[in-house]
Amino acid sequence: MQCPKCHGLMQTYNRSGVQIEQCGGCRGIFLDYGELEALTQLESQWVQQPPPPAAPPAYPAAPAAPAWGAVHSGHRGHHHRSFGRMLFSS
Amino acid sequence: MNGLVGELARMLGGEPVVLAQRDDSVVVRVGDLVAKAHAADTDQAGLDARLAVASTLPGVLLPPVRQRRPGWVRGRRVTLWPYGEPVGSGDPEAAPWAEAGRLLARLHSVPLDSLPGTPPPMRGPAKVARALQRLGAVAQDTSSAVVRRAAAGLPGWARGQGTPPDRDVLVHGDLHLGQLVRVPPGQWRLIDVDDLGVGDPAWDLARPAAWYATGLLAPELWVRLLTAYQDTGGPAVPPRGEDPWPVLDVPARALTVQSAALSVVRARREGRPLDEVDQALVAACERIAGLTSGAPTRHARKVRTPPSG
Repeated sequence: MQCPKCHGLMQTYNRSGVQIEQCGGCRGIFLDYGELEALTQLESQWVQQPPPPAAPPAYPAAPAAPAWGAVHSGHRGHHHRSFGRMLFSS
Repeated sequence: MNGLVGELARMLGGEPVVLAQRDDSVVVRVGDLVAKAHAADTDQAGLDARLAVASTLPGVLLPPVRQRRPGWVRGRRVTLWPYGEPVGSGDPEAAPWAEAGRLLARLHSVPLDSLPGTPPPMRGPAKVARALQRLGAVAQDTSSAVVRRAAAGLPGWARGQGTPPDRDVLVHGDLHLGQLVRVPPGQWRLIDVDDLGVGDPAWDLARPAAWYATGLLAPELWVRLLTAYQDTGGPAVPPRGEDPWPVLDVPARALTVQSAALSVVRARREGRPLDEVDQALVAACERIAGLTSGAPTRHARKVRTPPSG
């Protein structure tokens, strides 16, 4: 079809399931009946989308601890290794 | 002691390897056999009852090697055991935490009336009292005062004064990583029946719980043991997802006090300053004392969630 403004050649594009015609000359866009509403709806859906779920923590949930519990640094490894002898004695 | 090792080796007939040598007991290995000389003041009837239990629960406890008659060396009772591969001491990550939880749960689920006899009452509180006595016998300083303040906030029964709440569950009584061996190959069993008894099963779980609360055991390793225990139906704590600390708090505080007291005594005996582990235990006692001294409630029930890292 021809552009109603500059009579350039219009090409059909499909954007998220909505067909739009864009003029190759003036870049003007022609929307059929209902296409504007369809685009507006798509836009609002995109805005309302919930944020992506947070990445699960490395460890399901920090285990419960007593009020007197130590603050664990999370850097396991070397320092726990040196505590090994305690884990082997009464 | 060296004479005792020699006599144990002669009993087994070979070149001995000393597996453990403490003030009160000696464990020697020759080939596939292990001989343990128990403490001179061992309650013989209690030990017989404990050995009988170990013989009936081969899937949980390592059964002793049958002896035609009880062995004695230098006035000490000697028991014989198959040798089992111990937990490697290099890497706590690789230790069988889940297996320890499962074995404890299975031990705690044994009906007492299925046993050939009833072992003596669990000695957890009595051992706390003994550790505090030993602490009282060394010169007093800031560290020992902190440990005593933490002890003062415990209910009396948890440090050997008064009667503990009535619980009739078979417990190990001295759980740590040195109490697991792999025998037959690939299968873990609990060893050392010297503290096997009847009482509150929370005291068995409270040792690793105390390590976690003290900062000596990484949260994920504690969770590995705890959830395996819960998933195997262990009766000491509520099921997975519920807070176990209302049950674990008193025994974990008591065992932290016990370990801290013995650490301070050991450092003093060796004439050295407190090392990293000793300091962590005393610091935990300081936090315990801070909660219970002057506070109207004796049981700390608040749950604090450490930052996950």
